[in-house]
Amino acid sequence: MIKEMRIVLRNADKIDPQNISDYIAAGGYKALEKARNMKPEDIISEVKKSNLRGRGGAGFNAGLKWSFVPQSETKYVVCNLDEGEPGTYKDRTIVEKDPHTLLEGMAICGHAIGSNKGFIYCRGEYPYIVEHLNHAIAQAKEEGVLGEFDIEVRMGGGAYVCGEETALIESIEGHRGEPRFKPPFPGVEGLWQKPTVVNNVETLANLPEIITRGAEWYSSIGSSTYPGTKVLTLSGDIVNKICIEVPTDTTIREVIYEFGGGIRGGKKLKAVQIGGTSGAFIPASMIDIPIDFDSMRNAGFTLGTGAVFVMDETRDIVDVVTRIAKFFEHESCGKCNPCREGTFRCYEIMKKINQGRASSDDLEKLQLLGRVMSKACLCGLGQAAPGPILTTLQHFRHEYERKLFLS
Amino acid sequence: MVTLTINGREIQVPPGTTILEACKMNGIEIPTLCHDEDLRLAGSCRMCIVEAKGRPLLVASCVTPAEQGMEIETESPAVVEARKVILELLLARHKLECHTCEKNGDCRLQDYCYKYGVKDSRFAEGGSPKYPITDPNPFIERDYEKCIMCTRCVRACEEITVARAINVQGRGHNAKIATVFDGNLADSPCVFCGQCVMVCPVGALSSKVSAGIGRPSDIDKRVLTTCTYCGTGCTLELNVKNNRVVGVSSNRDEEWSPVNKGALCVKGRFGWDFVNSPERLTAPLIKDNGEFREASWDEALDYIAEKLANIKTAYGPDAFAFFSSARATNEENYLAQKFTRAVMGTNNIDHCARL
Repeated sequence: MIKEMRIVLRNADKIDPQNISDYIAAGGYKALEKARNMKPEDIISEVKKSNLRGRGGAGFNAGLKWSFVPQSETKYVVCNLDEGEPGTYKDRTIVEKDPHTLLEGMAICGHAIGSNKGFIYCRGEYPYIVEHLNHAIAQAKEEGVLGEFDIEVRMGGGAYVCGEETALIESIEGHRGEPRFKPPFPGVEGLWQKPTVVNNVETLANLPEIITRGAEWYSSIGSSTYPGTKVLTLSGDIVNKICIEVPTDTTIREVIYEFGGGIRGGKKLKAVQIGGTSGAFIPASMIDIPIDFDSMRNAGFTLGTGAVFVMDETRDIVDVVTRIAKFFEHESCGKCNPCREGTFRCYEIMKKINQGRASSDDLEKLQLLGRVMSKACLCGLGQAAPGPILTTLQHFRHEYERKLFLS
Repeated sequence: MVTLTINGREIQVPPGTTILEACKMNGIEIPTLCHDEDLRLAGSCRMCIVEAKGRPLLVASCVTPAEQGMEIETESPAVVEARKVILELLLARHKLECHTCEKNGDCRLQDYCYKYGVKDSRFAEGGSPKYPITDPNPFIERDYEKCIMCTRCVRACEEITVARAINVQGRGHNAKIATVFDGNLADSPCVFCGQCVMVCPVGALSSKVSAGIGRPSDIDKRVLTTCTYCGTGCTLELNVKNNRVVGVSSNRDEEWSPVNKGALCVKGRFGWDFVNSPERLTAPLIKDNGEFREASWDEALDYIAEKLANIKTAYGPDAFAFFSSARATNEENYLAQKFTRAVMGTNNIDHCARL
């Protein structure tokens, strides 16, 4: 029987998350103590060697990202807890069940890059998580475990785009949530123009165990190019709608049928969307690939945040994609032309197809728009927005054609 | 120096140069809508995208530094396709009233549609947001159905005038430029300097004072002059059509406009219609028996000299005071104090700028 492997969720449901002594009794804050006795460059090289790659969706080597941070008096560690991807609730689960593993991870990162100030940018729809975190931070300060490292929680206003690291920074600064162009990358010029490391909750929560057990241990888990575990959140037409943590060489089939318990009502699988709303639609015939970042990318898909949205055989793909197009039309910030206008027109055309008013010309237009948006938009939102449209046009074209107006 | 290849040509530029600047230095034209040399970069219109070999995404040349060994194509099929789609997307929300538009002939959107052969938009079917023109101010026409959301106006307002009267309101396709709570300019920190009109690349912002009397393409000549409203000495450019002033535009060339680099205030930019007024004085007037009559300059100056001399003789130099104006130049103000002190013999000289 295939099993979960819990690194970031190692304490989940075993300790009282509201009580720091539980965390300390479980070995908590030992890794930070160990890290404080290491040279910052040794921590960076250890994390680099572990090949821990960003769990927010971009999959960039975390240690390498830290190594770009230049010398500066002020630097910041920013934790991305914006978790706006529909169907994703992994960061919430991690923080709910074990907030101190995140705080410890941030402090380790702070020591590695020479920063004593951290911010947690929390999704606006998670107000109770802000309270929960503030409680944990207060306890950690009282215990003195964070030392000089200070952590402040900031709350978003509900904009999906603020999960993009530079839009997140703009939002913390009090500006409109709009992405910045890169370079300069936040590592060089981020929050208030200071070097800033922005990492996802899951990335940071991996750090205590990497420091405790070493890079070699971590890099031997799961896939060789994207080692470790991935926290996945299962939703849709699946029996077990649960949050799991599995080694990265687990296949999509195992996720759906072993952990997820298969399709609800004994139906057949039609498609699975992985990585959030902008994720690719993977047809049932292609689910034997491992979920790691590179295997997914090589197959033309995305791992993204690790949301697993399952659709059974009765689902109308065009209808689902139309709803997704509406989501992006609503969430585009409006800064760059191809995204602002493109998401709007994509939704318009998808509605037309879904209502049976479209012709094959409209499919061509969609394809063209999608191609241009994915290459020309300013940030990841616009570049990824046409993903569901393009992958369903590729794998489920017959469903579109069935809805075309024939005359 | 950084060596890169643009359209097959090897080019050397100093480190830190953007791809757009490298292209400009070498006479390669790149279309831009949001880029403005006097404003901070936005990188948002995506018209300046180019293809960089080995990179999966098209890169915005205005914000991407040239790197050693880069191979750039500025008009590759993918680039041209993207630019055409962007233009079509913009056209789909742009009110096409070129025949009555104040910017006809000097419009970036028009220029690029012409260059890339974009005649109409395939994406206009579902219409676009409607924004009635309602701002009742006397100077700036705001027609947001022509706006292409380049945000140059927002940046000019913030960075040149530092008024921060406008910003982007709303999100996505419903984003628009607005004052706080989307009110009228007069109820905002707007000072009607018209820097927003100066930087608008299309006809979304235009001068109400010039409306209907001459478009950029009708202008016979542009006359550089110095603004007479105050002593700052801003350069302005009078737009002349049929020997009449029909507008004021900005000359943003530092060499010609060293004081203001094109920036003006409400008076300089919009307060020029008096030039054509039939009530304007063209000769000195002397009042005889309560009625003004025209006089020659010689007669008028003799008259003044005689009267001033009489006052000085009868009541002493301190009976005289000279109050000068900021509308006079430095040289004129120097002469005013010289005249007051050396000719009239008093220190009673003052200036409105001291108030």
